[in-house]
Parts: sequence; C-alpha cells; structure tokens
Amino acid sequence: MSRVLCIAANTFREAVRDRVLYNLIAFALLLSAAAVLVGQISIDIERLVVVNLGLTAVSLFGVVIAIFIGIGLVSKEMEKRTLYTVLSRPVRRWEFVVGKFLGLARTLFVNTFFMAIGVFAALLYVSVPHRFQSSDAWILVALYFIVLQFVILCSLALLFSSFSSPLMSAVFTFALFVTGSFAEDLRGFAWMSHGLTRWLATGAAYLVPNFSALNVIGQVAHEQPIGTHLIAYNTAYALAYSATAICGAVLIFERRNLK
Amino acid sequence: MNGSRKVTVATSVLLLLSLASSVLLLRRLDQVRSHATLEEVLYFNSPKWVKRLSLGYDGLLADIYWTRAVQYFGGRHATGTADYNLLAPLLEITTALDPKLVVAYDFGANFLGPKPPLGAGQPDKAIALLEGGIRNNPDNWKLYYNLGFFYYMERKDYAHAAEAFERGTRAPNAHPFLRVLAAQAAQHAGEIQTARMMWQTTYATTHDDLIRKNAITHLRALKVDEDITELEKLVARYQQQTGVLPPSFNVLIGAGILRGVPVDPDRKPYKLLADGRIELQSPDDFPFVEKGLPPGYTPGPPKIQ
Repeated sequence: MSRVLCIAANTFREAVRDRVLYNLIAFALLLSAAAVLVGQISIDIERLVVVNLGLTAVSLFGVVIAIFIGIGLVSKEMEKRTLYTVLSRPVRRWEFVVGKFLGLARTLFVNTFFMAIGVFAALLYVSVPHRFQSSDAWILVALYFIVLQFVILCSLALLFSSFSSPLMSAVFTFALFVTGSFAEDLRGFAWMSHGLTRWLATGAAYLVPNFSALNVIGQVAHEQPIGTHLIAYNTAYALAYSATAICGAVLIFERRNLK
Repeated sequence: MNGSRKVTVATSVLLLLSLASSVLLLRRLDQVRSHATLEEVLYFNSPKWVKRLSLGYDGLLADIYWTRAVQYFGGRHATGTADYNLLAPLLEITTALDPKLVVAYDFGANFLGPKPPLGAGQPDKAIALLEGGIRNNPDNWKLYYNLGFFYYMERKDYAHAAEAFERGTRAPNAHPFLRVLAAQAAQHAGEIQTARMMWQTTYATTHDDLIRKNAITHLRALKVDEDITELEKLVARYQQQTGVLPPSFNVLIGAGILRGVPVDPDRKPYKLLADGRIELQSPDDFPFVEKGLPPGYTPGPPKIQ
C-alpha cells in the first residue's frame, strides 16, 4: 500500500510542478469579476450567478484537468521512459495504475478545495448582509458531487490511456463525459424504443457513466435540499463505476507489452 | 498460479462485481430521482438563442429537440398528467431550428391541441404552430389540411376549417379531396358524415401506422355515435306509436322497426336501458365516442385500436 501511496504522492507533486494549479488564478479572476459585475448590471440574481457560475467553473476546470492530465498518466511515463525505472523496482503494474489514479484524484480534490473557498468568498461578498445562510451548506454537497464526477473521469481517462494514444484517450473520455451528461436522456430513448434497439440503448445507458445524477447545481442554486439517499447512492455509484474502470485499466495494463 | 495471473483473476472478479454494483446503484438512483429527470429542464427557452448557440448545427439540434418533445409528450401522456408546460417551448425551439421540419408542426399540433389526457389542451398554441408551419412551408398542402382538421374537430370552428381547406387547395400538388372537404366543412358543418370523410382522408393520406390506427379508432367511434343516434330515433318512434318505452330490442324487432339486435363495431350487442337510453357494453374499447356512455363515465387514457 505504501508503494501505491508513494506513486500517488509523486503524481500529485508532478501535477503541481506542471503548474496545473495555476488554473486557480483564472478561476479567482472569473468569480471576482462575476460577483462585482453582476451586482451592478442585474437585479436580485447575484447569489444565483455566483453559485451557478462558480460551481460550473469548478466542474469545467476540473473536467479539463482530469481529462488532460489523466490521458498522459501512462503515456507520458512511457515516453519519458520513467515507467521502466519504476517497474524495474518492486512495484507491481496494478500498484502503478492505482497510484496514478489516486494521485490525480488528490490533485483534483486540492484544486476543488481552493475553488470552493473562492465560491464561498464570492458568496459572502454578494450576500446581504454579509453572512452565510443555512441553505448554503447544500453547495458543499454539490461540490462533493463534482468531486465524484472527477473521480469517475479520472478513472476513465486512465482506462483509455492504458491502451490508447493521448489524443484518442482525450477524445474518448470527453465523448463519454458528454454522453454521460445526457445519460438520463439516453435511458429515456431506451424506454421509448422497442425490440433490439431497446436492449442496445438500455445496455449503452447503463454502461456510460451517469453524470446527470451528479449534477445538482441548479437545485442548490435555488436553495433546494439534496436527499441523503441521493448522496449515499451517488457516492456508492461513483466508487463502483470508478472501480470498474480502474479494474479495466489494470487488466489491460497488466497484459500490455511495454517493450 | 503466478502473481500476474492472480492479479488478473482478482481484478476481473472485482471488475464484474463493481460493474454489477454500478448498474444496481443506477437503478436505485433512478428511483430516488424519479421526479428530477432531465426532460423537465429546458436549458434555453428562447428559440433565437438556441439557434445562435447551435453554431450552424441547427438541423441536428432540431432533430434532438424534436425527439425530446416526443419523449416529453410520451412520458407525460403515459402518466396521464395534465401538465405539459414545456411542450410548446420545445416545439417552438424545434421549428425555429428547422423551419422545414414538417413533422414537428404536424404531430406537434396534435400533441398540443386536444384536451388532456389526449393532449396538452393548448389549442391556440397548436393553431399558432400550424400557422407558423404554413408560413415556413406554404407549398405543403398537409399543413392546411391539418389546420382545417384541427379547427373542425377540436374548435368546432367550421368557418375557419373551410377557409383552411380552401387555402390548401391552392398549394401545388394539393390532394383533390381538399376541395371536397372545403365544401363539406362549409355546407355540412358538424355532421358525422363530414367528420367521417376527414378521418377517411387522414387514413388514406398518411404513411404513419400510428396515425392510421388513430384514424380507425375515430372512425369506429363515429360509427358508434351514428348507430346510437339512429337507435335512439327508433326507440322514440316506438314510444310515439305505443306510448311506452320498448323493454328490449326484441320488441322493436317484433314491431318491424329493427331487423336484428344491433351490434357495435366489435360485434357486441348494444344495451337498451329501461329509460330508453342506448349504451355500449364496453365503453373502454371505444375512446372518443360521445354517445352510449354510462352516466358519470370517466374515460381512461385512450387505447388506439
């Protein structure tokens, strides 16, 4: 386990060294501008804009990081030949894959943590009087769901990067992200169709990740509560789905010819 | 078993378990979120904005929006709800993205117009949709036909129906029957014969199986309405002759007024009640009928025959 954690720590360190966290500056500028500007040009939607824009930005920045770092996790190590150095030591291939996954997940968690501080700071700025409401706590749940989205995306990026080129991995992961965002529509199509089409559509609907259940931005922006059942099932689902993708990545990477 | 093989077996088992868990959890999530599906959300409700944001891919986007409109209507219709708030905006967006998508005007008006549970109960929006369709596709005679049909059947506005049919006759390649319908709607407004002619035209001019079945269901209902109107007249005639109501159809047959026990289109005999009313044996088999229904009868969602 210590070897997995060691690889995870190195992956995180490498991401920080690659200046991944610089996106936080762009995020901070965006949110400050929105918080100040909207208050001047619109009426009574300051909180709504900060929550909507803030959470959407957290999600989009994270998705871009998850995809573009995730796809290079294996291929970059192979390109730089550092993978052979790592695997020549007493490190199993599955430990390498799981470590890389945990490292990227940690990077995204830290990134989201700082962005969350930014969202709450902007929220405090636009609230009148300058204090939080109890309903603002639901924003934490929305942020938690966004982190769960990242966990799934990381695992998918890793799965694709274990057998494909970085460009194709990015395309595949992004395509699954888009499809997964419309997963409920896909299940709607399955429900409305018949025969073989229904089977195929249902199979596809269960195979693609369900990001729509993890998107509660609209709900929390309107201060609606999130059910505990949804939190529990989403957590379990994200873990189960990521485990599936990671297992797939391990199986492929175990059999991959690295020569 | 060597180390690599162990990893493969363990990972494969874990993969299957986690995949099965994710499917089961997704089913649970669907139950938890049964009232929060994406179909309830219209991200942009301005057709102009959606068109701008489509970046030129408006044809594909129109198809997607049309599919969503169908899904939305189908889902609401299946649950028997009367709330169709998003239907009109979805159809507006669809037709703004692709003004030539005739099917959206054609079916869309049929979704919007009829009263719940058959439709959204928004006849004005249905007419506006069809008029928009005609503006964008002035050469499509079917849109004029649908507009006339809608005025006639749903609004009972026979003057506008006749006018719409008449406008349709001027479209290139218009079905010759439109001219007959225009005259019928003007001269024999409200008659069963005219309604039957319209449904027969609908049946004859569509390739869609569902519309054909719908036309047959309406034609069956018209036959029942016509039969019962006729039977009620015979019962009244008997009462006029004898001073009493006939206790059964056999009495009418004995009096030479009827040739045999009258039956509905499913060959089931009509019921003659003590108060002289005629009723259907199975009203559920005849959606859209206006006569022969038991007092206080509430029809369920229509079963298309």
